[in-house]
Amino acid sequence: MKMLESLLMKNGLLTAFAVVGLAMLLAQGLSRLSRGRLHGSAIAIALGLIGAALAGGNNGLADLPLLSGLGLMGGSMLRDLAIVATAQGVRLQEFARSGWIGALSLALGLVISFVSGVLVALAFGYRDAVSLTTLGAGAATYIVGPVTGAALGASSEIMALSIATGLVKAIAVMMATPFLAPFIGLNNPRAAMIFGGLMGTNSGVMAGLAATDPKLVPYGAMTATFYTGLGCLLGPSLFFMIIRSLCPT
Amino acid sequence: MPIFGTALLALCLLTGLGLGRLIGAALGLDADIGGVGLAMILLIVLGDGLKRRGLFLGPEESGVTYWGQMYVPIVVAMAASQNVRGAIGGGAVALFAGLLVVLLSFGLVGLLAKSKGNSEDPS
Repeated sequence: MKMLESLLMKNGLLTAFAVVGLAMLLAQGLSRLSRGRLHGSAIAIALGLIGAALAGGNNGLADLPLLSGLGLMGGSMLRDLAIVATAQGVRLQEFARSGWIGALSLALGLVISFVSGVLVALAFGYRDAVSLTTLGAGAATYIVGPVTGAALGASSEIMALSIATGLVKAIAVMMATPFLAPFIGLNNPRAAMIFGGLMGTNSGVMAGLAATDPKLVPYGAMTATFYTGLGCLLGPSLFFMIIRSLCPT
Repeated sequence: MPIFGTALLALCLLTGLGLGRLIGAALGLDADIGGVGLAMILLIVLGDGLKRRGLFLGPEESGVTYWGQMYVPIVVAMAASQNVRGAIGGGAVALFAGLLVVLLSFGLVGLLAKSKGNSEDPS
């Protein structure tokens, strides 16, 4: 038993890969139980947050010696590497095909998420520019939030909150889309592209559209793909500048 | 070889983070301003250019694709290593902000999707 423990501790990153793999497997199973209504990735991230809450401590589960590898696997270096890698295969021509309405919905989607995130954070008494920007970015997606927070040096609590905000958004989009689709005219490719650009949360958009009409998924994904990238670009730059000029403290 | 793809990816990220730091410093901030976004743009532009010259083929690409597919698991690890207990007190922020933005966005989808200005068929 002791030997196993020291083996797992010495190879922390490998232990982390194995543990996260198991969590993903469990999440996929739970997703199937929900008949695909909840996307596996959102469940997996929720499992991660719950695990960290149960473990307590400044670094969640990574504070446990056995799971310290999670800190390396989910640290800023590998995270940024993986996020940048998702830009591969993005075709700008595809985006051009969605026309001005795609660009408009993308811009509006980012601004609306950001502004509503910041307003809610203000209402809850957050006043410093870094926290406000990170929480606003979290209302975009659960990626834009922590990327922005890490770039600006936000605290781990704020990072956790911004991930949770993005997760609430993703899950709400997954669950609500099939019910709201008839009321908002979400039944054609053009509407799906607008939807993808406004919502932006990739897992939410894909699961939501799949439950509505699987034929719409690629159109929503087309615009949603650009959302996170654009958010990571604008969050820690333009949006931060604006917030900082508004609240200099 | 896949390592060429991973090396390109790493170089794009390093360049982006460096540029982000420089922009931050130019603005008098100890922060990285848009580095990850800049790195993504670099990867798209460089990858596209190399592909056109036939220098970025399947094996090279796989060195990037792998990391792209690891992104959800890595986000899970990131979520698991945050100070969630410290954040629980503020959990209502996450709930309200997440729901508010979804509500507003659904409303806007309805407005834009039903707008008649542009009826070109994208398919």
